[in-house]
Amino acid sequence: MSITFVMCSLLVAGGLAWFVEEVKANSARYLALFSVLAIGAYFALSLVFTSQSVNYNQLHLLERLSWIKSLHIEYALAIDYLSIVLVSLTLFLALICILVSWHEIKEKVGFYYFNLLASIAGIIGVFTAVDMFLFFFFWEVMLLPMTALIAIWGHENKHFAAIKFFIFTQVSSLLMLVAIIAMAAVHFKQTGQLSFFYQDWLALNLPLSLAQYLMLGFFIAFAVKLPSVPVHSWLPDAHTQAPTAGSVLLAGVLLKTGAYGLIRFVLHLFPEASLNFAPFAATLGVVSILYGAKMAFAQHDFKRLVAYSSISHMGFVMLALFSFNAIAYQGAVLTIVAHGLSSAALFSLAGMIYSRIHSRNLTHMGGFWQSAPRMGGFALAFAAAAFGLPGLANFVAEFLSLVGAFQVYPLLTMFAALGLIGSAIYGMVLFQNSFQGEASPPKSLFKDLSTRELLVCSALLSLLIVIGFYPNLVLTFFQAKAITLAANNLIGAVQ
Amino acid sequence: MSQSTIESLLALLPLYPLVSFVLLISFAKRLSWHLAASISVGAMVLSAISSFTLVQSLSVEVPVLSTHLWAWFTLSANEQINISFYLDGLAAVMICVVTGIGLLIHIFAAAYMKEDANFTRFMAYMNLFIVAMLILVLADNLVLLYLGWEGVGLCSFLLIGFWHHERANALAARKAFIITRVGDTAMAIGLFMIFKEIGQLTIADVNESARALWIIGDSQPYWIALLLLGGAVGKSAQLPLQTWLPDAMAGPTPVSALIHAATMVTAGVYLIARMHPLFLLAPEVMTYVAWIGALTLLLAGIAALTQTDIKRVLAYSTMSQIGYMMLSLGAGAFSAGVFHLMTHAFFKALLFLTAGAIILALHHQQNLFKMGGLLKRLPLEATLFSIGLVCLMALPGSSGFFSKEAIIAQIFSSTTAGPLLWLCAIVGALITSIYSCRLFFLAFMGKARFETSLHPSSSKLLKLSLIALAILSLVGGAFTNILALSLAPVFALAPVMKILNEPAWLHSVAIATPFVGILFSWFYFAKYRAPGDEKLSENTSGLARFCQQGLGFDRVYSWLFIKPYCALAQLNRKDIFDQLMMLNAWYVSLWHDVLVSSQNGKIRWYAAAIGLATLLLLLVLLLTVNIGEVSMGVSL
Repeated sequence: MSITFVMCSLLVAGGLAWFVEEVKANSARYLALFSVLAIGAYFALSLVFTSQSVNYNQLHLLERLSWIKSLHIEYALAIDYLSIVLVSLTLFLALICILVSWHEIKEKVGFYYFNLLASIAGIIGVFTAVDMFLFFFFWEVMLLPMTALIAIWGHENKHFAAIKFFIFTQVSSLLMLVAIIAMAAVHFKQTGQLSFFYQDWLALNLPLSLAQYLMLGFFIAFAVKLPSVPVHSWLPDAHTQAPTAGSVLLAGVLLKTGAYGLIRFVLHLFPEASLNFAPFAATLGVVSILYGAKMAFAQHDFKRLVAYSSISHMGFVMLALFSFNAIAYQGAVLTIVAHGLSSAALFSLAGMIYSRIHSRNLTHMGGFWQSAPRMGGFALAFAAAAFGLPGLANFVAEFLSLVGAFQVYPLLTMFAALGLIGSAIYGMVLFQNSFQGEASPPKSLFKDLSTRELLVCSALLSLLIVIGFYPNLVLTFFQAKAITLAANNLIGAVQ
Repeated sequence: MSQSTIESLLALLPLYPLVSFVLLISFAKRLSWHLAASISVGAMVLSAISSFTLVQSLSVEVPVLSTHLWAWFTLSANEQINISFYLDGLAAVMICVVTGIGLLIHIFAAAYMKEDANFTRFMAYMNLFIVAMLILVLADNLVLLYLGWEGVGLCSFLLIGFWHHERANALAARKAFIITRVGDTAMAIGLFMIFKEIGQLTIADVNESARALWIIGDSQPYWIALLLLGGAVGKSAQLPLQTWLPDAMAGPTPVSALIHAATMVTAGVYLIARMHPLFLLAPEVMTYVAWIGALTLLLAGIAALTQTDIKRVLAYSTMSQIGYMMLSLGAGAFSAGVFHLMTHAFFKALLFLTAGAIILALHHQQNLFKMGGLLKRLPLEATLFSIGLVCLMALPGSSGFFSKEAIIAQIFSSTTAGPLLWLCAIVGALITSIYSCRLFFLAFMGKARFETSLHPSSSKLLKLSLIALAILSLVGGAFTNILALSLAPVFALAPVMKILNEPAWLHSVAIATPFVGILFSWFYFAKYRAPGDEKLSENTSGLARFCQQGLGFDRVYSWLFIKPYCALAQLNRKDIFDQLMMLNAWYVSLWHDVLVSSQNGKIRWYAAAIGLATLLLLLVLLLTVNIGEVSMGVSL
């Protein structure tokens, strides 16, 4: 399998889309859709063919080429199940992104699809890079087109949101860059050779005092991306102002790069330091859960509400990861997937509503159910996913996270469980204000789902239900892994 | 029937209503009334038949049936959470109630909701509710039980808010969902704690391990039982989470009968009965259960005395009867509690549905003070309703009598209850009979106070289901022996009541109490049944209003929780962390402004700035040089 091929073809497809739109209007979206479909099929097929011969429980090195020789910077890509799950999620949501942008984007259409696909290529790079310099490179690559998506095709306050998004992530990734360079220097000191290669770093023997600072550098960058309170405030603005596909991409996968970074780098490279730091991080997670839920309740803007709910859900990931517990780890991974789907669904829904009434204000909504019963049904299901109704993927994810975390932090987890009440409250507000009550726009103006929208909604919902009742679809890959992770960290650090 | 057939029958039990739900939801308004009604009722018929078949196949030799569908997720090497069903005597009683009563209510609903624009959607929700309720009852582990538990909560939300275009209904639905969610959260924490302490979540294993691990009085079972009680209290509308139930009457009447009387609200009772070995390890919690039940039954009874809405009287009455069940569980009389659950399902469904028929005949008039004289005008409904009331008051011979007597008889000598709680139960019975009489007098006797003409439904389906329920209510007492037989193996651990110093008059008092209540009401509420022209008005004194509003709980909760939470949300709508972060931006732009304003193109400003800066530099130079010389001097 070649991830390089996947990324290159995404970029090429993006460039082509840009080009063909100039030649023939409305062709970019078809091109983008079919190329992502083809790339997804390629990815799936190559997985199926290699799954027998390769053990994806460990990182499986795909490519390792020298890039900048003097600094020993390499082009190295590797995947394991975590990367595979995240890349699959990214490709799936890429399809959703293209489908929700279908009629929404009216200007600079070609350039739009180029940015979308470039951003997706960058995200896939982030999920697969194992050379830290390369990782940082992709980290930036995914950022620029994302900023462009917000700044060019966003809503009324797009420039502000784009700048805020950009500055937040830039400042935090600067800290990560410092930590990366410092790690390379440590490697030089210990082995006499500069290396940015992830697996070289795993072998390093870091003194705890130094590891703590370096861990913090990574942690802050990923916490901003996750995001966690108190560095979350770029997210409501960015989500609200981004075009629908931008929000879907942001919530669905961009936040997950933060979670991925925490798992892959913070927890693996600095097990002891993270264990020392864990109570603090877990508390941050719980604060995020409660604060996010409370803030979501206060919002009048549909997308802003969902954005704050994302902060709340990502708090579960933080809490679960820093519990160092095998069950919680599975919960964290599943939360990543489940929230990717459910928040994407809610943002798509917000886009569909926006296209009908040109408002995101919940106080201007109401009674959509009467005129759009199908949409109402889906809205209910997606809201239910957000407040963790059993039978949908989010429940299993939250349940596993909390059961696992309770083994380690009973008191904190009890507070985290209060998030279940908070999520019910904002879920009710979201659903009831928009779909129940007196019909606010005249019935005829509010159309039910079109076929394309129905496709988007039912694809997302069926995945949520399937994972909700059969989570082993995702979890089977993580059971062995989870146990070794927890054992490594606990035994390695405690003894 | 072979074992495998029985097992697949068990596995398929929730499937029929599920298929019906999917069909109805996908085709929605394209289905005619006949088709939609036959699909949903047909599914219920299948479910009911299979549950009776299943119950038949349970016996002393085969006390438990179980079937494994698929593995849901894995918690640890030795604990896997399965989608598996488990049927024992207790679950058998429950599935019979759920599918049997559910079928009758579905039949009624098909007729009752015929004119509604969203009829298919309504029936679909009802089916979905049955699915969730069956899963709750049949779950072999607590997580699956929790799935059903939340599922019924969602359906309850949807059905209370079925006519959501009226804001009050939508708010009632929201209230019900959020308040029960509070209880559910306690229950979820209880599950986390069970897994932490025992490492298992399969119900049978948990109960077994709990008894092996702990002795009576240990702290772990105490906390776990308390947390589970939190869930039970929320779902069963007991103190202190009872406030949602009266508002839940905003839903269509069949919903009130199915969800808020017969099945869902008894889920808390089921949970405690299901986990009783754990509760038996925590006698203090058993006492709490008993006290919660007793206080709720009194409070709800008092509130029922002053209601003006016929459905709200029944709602408070439901709360109060569930209080009896809780009291019974707390006293260790598990079988009696479950027996009362069943008989209550019969007669309360009957009462609600008959009330629904009356409301329909009166053009959606629910105010008791706008009824009156219906005994002659609606004789069938009046007869059916009085059958229900007789059972509710537990007059001898009715089904309610057998079950309530069974409860009251066991409270006095119970170690976790006692004479004081027995007294509460007796007082509760007195109040029950008083509010029942008041209800009956106001609705059926006296002068007709409604302005409109009567439109009794002529639907045969409607009458069929009502009569079936009435028969069940009357003869329900006959199930005592069957029930005792099937529940005996389940509650093998239940304490045996040692009847020691019980005074001889206990039973006579219990039997006489409802009659005292009737006698009292006959005179006290004389004007309600008087045929004269005397104008009737509600009691509007402060105390009566206080009782009518459910003894002020809503207001207290509003001040304690809702207002602070909303105020906090309002106060921090702009997100304090965001504002702190934006301080940086403000600071940068402040400097930007300062520096921009310095670059104003006026030569005299520039000259002054140059002069000042030169002066400043010279000064600094001078000082540093001096200090340098001094320090050099010192070092030399």
